[in-house]
Amino acid sequence: MTRPVPEITAINRPYWDGLAEGALRFQRCDGCGHAWLPPRSHCPACLGAEIRWEVASGGGKIVSWVVYHRAYAPHLQDRIPYNVAIVALDEGPRLLTNITDSAIGEGFATGAPVVLTIEEDDGLHLPRFRLRG
Amino acid sequence: MTTLRGKTAITGVGHTAWGKHPDRDRLSLMTEAAAAAIADAGLEKDQIDAVLVKMANSAPSILWGQKVAEALGLQPTIGLSLDQGGAACTGLATYAALAIEAGMIENALILYADTPRTGSRAAMHRPRGDDSVMGWYSVAAGYAMLHRAYQETHRARPEDFGIIAVQARAHGAANPHAHLRLPLSMEAYLSGPLLIEPMRRDDCCLVSDGGAAIVLSATARAQDRARAVPVLGLGQAQESWEVHLRPDLLQTRAEASGQMAFAMAGVNRGDISFAQLYDCFTVTVLQTLEDYGLAPRGQAGAKARAEGIGVDGWLPLNTSGGLLSESGTPGLQLIIEAVRQLRGEAVLQLPAPRFGLVSNQGGTMHTHATMILGEPQ
Ligand SMILES: [Zn+2]
Repeated sequence: MTRPVPEITAINRPYWDGLAEGALRFQRCDGCGHAWLPPRSHCPACLGAEIRWEVASGGGKIVSWVVYHRAYAPHLQDRIPYNVAIVALDEGPRLLTNITDSAIGEGFATGAPVVLTIEEDDGLHLPRFRLRG
Repeated sequence: MTTLRGKTAITGVGHTAWGKHPDRDRLSLMTEAAAAAIADAGLEKDQIDAVLVKMANSAPSILWGQKVAEALGLQPTIGLSLDQGGAACTGLATYAALAIEAGMIENALILYADTPRTGSRAAMHRPRGDDSVMGWYSVAAGYAMLHRAYQETHRARPEDFGIIAVQARAHGAANPHAHLRLPLSMEAYLSGPLLIEPMRRDDCCLVSDGGAAIVLSATARAQDRARAVPVLGLGQAQESWEVHLRPDLLQTRAEASGQMAFAMAGVNRGDISFAQLYDCFTVTVLQTLEDYGLAPRGQAGAKARAEGIGVDGWLPLNTSGGLLSESGTPGLQLIIEAVRQLRGEAVLQLPAPRFGLVSNQGGTMHTHATMILGEPQ
């Protein structure tokens, strides 16, 4: 199996285009102000359809993280061990990501501040984070 | 919310051997389990008027409930397949109880079978949508996120998780039906390989082939009242958000589900004789104990170690081995063990249990359902 690629749709295209342009974008509702990821056509808080894209400041905090010691797909075999983390952006939206400082999570903690670093990986621009300070 | 209390009862239970069934398919396993449960209820096949099937995790299928009813040669009033993840079996019992109480049906057959052990485990290892580009794969990883959050927030020790696995394996070792009858010491748990850190191998449930079935009937019409186990309380609540989108990873909708079931049953937490909690991963049990109000936040593991969760412990837990040792199948075996305890027919039989608590949950604690059963009247 080859490595996965995101399924680009009319709804999420601005998210992936934004990363290629060096910006992590999220959505905000004009009606109620709620901010979220992943991209949706309607606000999950008030179901409004008047929504806009905003660029994230890049700051966030670690919510939780795991370290894979098993490869669940052939292309991950030479990547283990690797981490996947939940990061909450300062603006509120949350996403799954990788923390680049340590594959095995050395120095990670819940609540630790992180900052965005967009990395190109096989032609795909991915929102990763590094520990701040 | 007291109208359903005791109105229906589990009158029959049945299951196949747990483990590997290389020469069987799901319909074959389900038919064997159904025949056993119908006979156990003292019914003829044609007295079943609802066939309610939990969708097979490893092979989602259109019109699955109808294929199962066809294999059983039944034209039921209600026939369906439900996807509610691992909460589905208790969900189905809830809808069956409502339909029985409404007079639509008399005897519901609730069943499940799957063959992930000898068949495909792709569903458990699957890429998780577009997040797979970050390496986000498998069912286990979401629980590892909960495990980490629990460990960090509560400063929990590895032994707090380990006690759940060690005790389940002790119960499974005593159960002749169990898929895995190998006891686990705390030392072996702690030295076991890390799978998705911080989860160790023995934090994770089995992958088992097998089938199970129960019959739910009106209590007043049960063939054998002395073996009819009344359903006193039912609850459900759904989290819906994926793990990474939840505002609080350590407070799940199990709390609301448990409150609904306890309120319907009119039973106090302290009166529960035993619990069969959905132990797909050890953190799920700690979280459920706390969400149900049976242990203080962050203390479930320490309390289990100090006061015991064996048959003579503070709360006898997963007395046939649960998903960690009896069978990795999603949930009916927990209900069946609760029925056996309350009938006095369990292998590790408790002395005169009065109230049994069962949890079913699915996704990564996305779905939750609770059942409280009582002693036959
Ligand atoms: Zn809104």
